[in-house]
Amino acid sequence: MNIKVLGSGCSNCKRLEVNTKKALKQLGIDVPVIEIKEYAVIMKYGIMSTPALVIDEKVLFTGKVPSVNELAEIISKVKK
Amino acid sequence: MTAKKQIVIGLALLVIWGIIYSQLQSASKWLTYSVFSIPVGSHLGGSVEFFLYDTPKVLMLLVIVVFVVGIIRSFFTPERTRAILAGRKESLGNVLAALLGVVTPFCSCSAVPLFIGFVTAGIPLGVTFSFLISAPMVNEIALVLLYGIFGWKVALIYMSTGLAVAIVSGWVIGRLHMERYIEDWVREAPPPLTSTASASEIWSERVKHGSEAVREIVGKVWIYVILGIAVGAFIHGYVPEAFMASIMGKDAWWSVPVAVLVGVPLYSNAAGIIPVVHALLEKGAAIGTVLAFMMSVIGLSLPETFILRKVLKLQLIAVFVGVVASGIMIVGYLFNFLF
Repeated sequence: MNIKVLGSGCSNCKRLEVNTKKALKQLGIDVPVIEIKEYAVIMKYGIMSTPALVIDEKVLFTGKVPSVNELAEIISKVKK
Repeated sequence: MTAKKQIVIGLALLVIWGIIYSQLQSASKWLTYSVFSIPVGSHLGGSVEFFLYDTPKVLMLLVIVVFVVGIIRSFFTPERTRAILAGRKESLGNVLAALLGVVTPFCSCSAVPLFIGFVTAGIPLGVTFSFLISAPMVNEIALVLLYGIFGWKVALIYMSTGLAVAIVSGWVIGRLHMERYIEDWVREAPPPLTSTASASEIWSERVKHGSEAVREIVGKVWIYVILGIAVGAFIHGYVPEAFMASIMGKDAWWSVPVAVLVGVPLYSNAAGIIPVVHALLEKGAAIGTVLAFMMSVIGLSLPETFILRKVLKLQLIAVFVGVVASGIMIVGYLFNFLF
């Protein structure tokens, strides 16, 4: 599993990173969360609002910060 | 929770909200003069009453409006707005973009992806700017606070002039044909996906969207509100009546450009600046000058221009700030002349 948080370092982007890490811990998944801060790279995903969560190169959502529980649900769905 | 239950609870909360709201004025008087026994008519009494009245009032208005707008915004996504604007000609495009800027969810930290998403989808540069100018400046927080504190006339004036500045500035930037001043890497960005995020479509999801907006936005701005009201309360109680009239009054022609110059580097959101504006107006500042000050604080911010610098060359940034600041000054002079 390859997990990326896309965002330029704004407060919401940091919150998404923190929540994602907590959700992963909750699920017992031990993979790093990669922060992507360069706009040139972010734009390759064709998104229009940040932050966004990308798992295995697929954009799961943009422009919001779900709670830890919601994130755990999203991640476990992808894992299946 | 069923939809019916949600509606009942919602209505009950609304009634309680209304009762508390209607009692704020007398409660603030009672607290100031009876509980704290500050003499009526003293500087301190004026300040304390102002603070105790405005703080709960502004916060309560904020909660209800952010909730409603959160629901409205679940109908609009940046992707949908882009689809509406794609293929529009200028002029009508500028008007639509400014209007959509009011209702589309926007945070200045998303300005870059949004800018690129618009431009690579073929939306004209000027139309994109109309959106980028109106989105931060004409927002629900500003409008409702203006309505709550000054009444519907001032709110309407702010909204219409804010939209006018966004439409005209965008149109002017479009006429200047500055496309070559977009950073080169932007053009190399791949065309945007047609749809990445789908808007939630069930009502309970929309209500949740509203509550989340309240938690996030009110959680973020309450401190600005309180600080702003504290400054406003100080001005209300201690600054002499005619003081502002001499430096921000109608007769001081230079006050409009100075208000804009001071306003641009100041960074605050509407929630923090409006209580200050309230107190300034009370002390004799002219409406046009205050309007110009407020628009430049909310609409033109240094952090946003720094973010946009990543996609725009310096010349285009300078034109953007210059055109918008001129538009704001024209609004300021116009209102000082009319009222």
